[in-house]
Amino acid sequence: MTKKNLTVAVTGLNNIDSPGPGIPVIRALKESAKFDVRIIGLSYESLEPGLYMHDLVDKSYQIPMPPAGSSVLYDRLEYIHAQEQIDVIIPNFDSELHNFIRITPQLKQLGIATFLPSQELFESRHKSVLDEFGKENGVSVPKSKMITSIADLRDLDEEFTYPLVIKGKFYEAMIASNLEQAINYFYKISAKWGLPIIVQEYISGIEVNVTALGDGTGRCIGAVPMRKLTITDKGKAWAGIVLDDDELIDISRRIVEKSKWRGGCELEYIKSPKGEYYLLEMNPRFPAWVYLAVGCGQNHPEALLQMALGERVEPFESFTQGKLFVRYSYDMIVDIAEFEKISTLGEL
Amino acid sequence: MNINKNIAISETGFIFNPTTGDSFTTNRIGNDIIKLLQTGLEPGDVISTIYEQYSIDRQTLEKDFGDFMYMLKNYQILRTDD
Repeated sequence: MTKKNLTVAVTGLNNIDSPGPGIPVIRALKESAKFDVRIIGLSYESLEPGLYMHDLVDKSYQIPMPPAGSSVLYDRLEYIHAQEQIDVIIPNFDSELHNFIRITPQLKQLGIATFLPSQELFESRHKSVLDEFGKENGVSVPKSKMITSIADLRDLDEEFTYPLVIKGKFYEAMIASNLEQAINYFYKISAKWGLPIIVQEYISGIEVNVTALGDGTGRCIGAVPMRKLTITDKGKAWAGIVLDDDELIDISRRIVEKSKWRGGCELEYIKSPKGEYYLLEMNPRFPAWVYLAVGCGQNHPEALLQMALGERVEPFESFTQGKLFVRYSYDMIVDIAEFEKISTLGEL
Repeated sequence: MNINKNIAISETGFIFNPTTGDSFTTNRIGNDIIKLLQTGLEPGDVISTIYEQYSIDRQTLEKDFGDFMYMLKNYQILRTDD
């Protein structure tokens, strides 16, 4: 079968100890049986490791940080498109998705396809409104509340008991055992990710995650569950194993189908000692461990690419059991000229 | 009292539960006990079989067997029907 040539731009090249999903997505696309992809890496910083992985990333460009807004992002992408003729863009960061969703119609006019949720759908699974999302989609969610000040934190006594979880609007979560700790984490997380802060009821149990893909019409194209086996000090999986858990897959499929999710996502759950599942978060993009799904026979990034191009994709029906992933770190030797080029010209 | 159906046990004593992702290792006696339980033998019969195969006093065997059963249940390897 002849493979179709495509130029795909991918963000999330920060393959660090808290990795972005870009490199695993690229690996998945490079292994596609349907496409021969040329990868354009889109980076925010000059030391994102993916910039220097020339066997995976063919050409790289820096793009403006998300706070710069969608119009600046569009201008930059228009320039990059003029150089590279991009067919599809796959953004991989929560914090950048808002901008990409906003410029989707303009990108389409340029001939660049994406496969993203609508703004409304994107907002519906936000941590601050996860309670409602859970009710609408028939899944248990720990009680949570959005707060914007220390005074709000002091007023929680009647609604919450310690320990509770203090979460950033995009990233990070810390378990506070008392008010003093909660205040400390409030300052720490808000300084990094801004306000609001989300306070969530703490549920004890085992954390399990699912990488899934929805086609936007109410079909779940794929879902693969995983349990972390080794966790970094940032709570990221350094090793994980695929799970054979029909109930977890059913719950995840139901969420993707009922919400008519469009694109990749990661569903994070706690399984209580009684075996009940609580949805902690729904991240609106592939997780950094999405390559495990590829290793189990479900190439979600390839399927997303097909859907971005308007092809109908049939749902995956199964995946291989008994697979695990183990991450490793690797020192690349990079010539200063490359670092200079990306730092000064914004291209590599 | 049964070993959960999808539990995988190798000859080397590696036990894998694909539902929880847990894996364990056991020694030869542990492996023998699990294999006997998988054949559907009742706990008393498993103890008698092990008692015949190994040089051990019955009281110690029964106590250790009880501890081992508790561990298997705790790790969701063993399912009790009650």
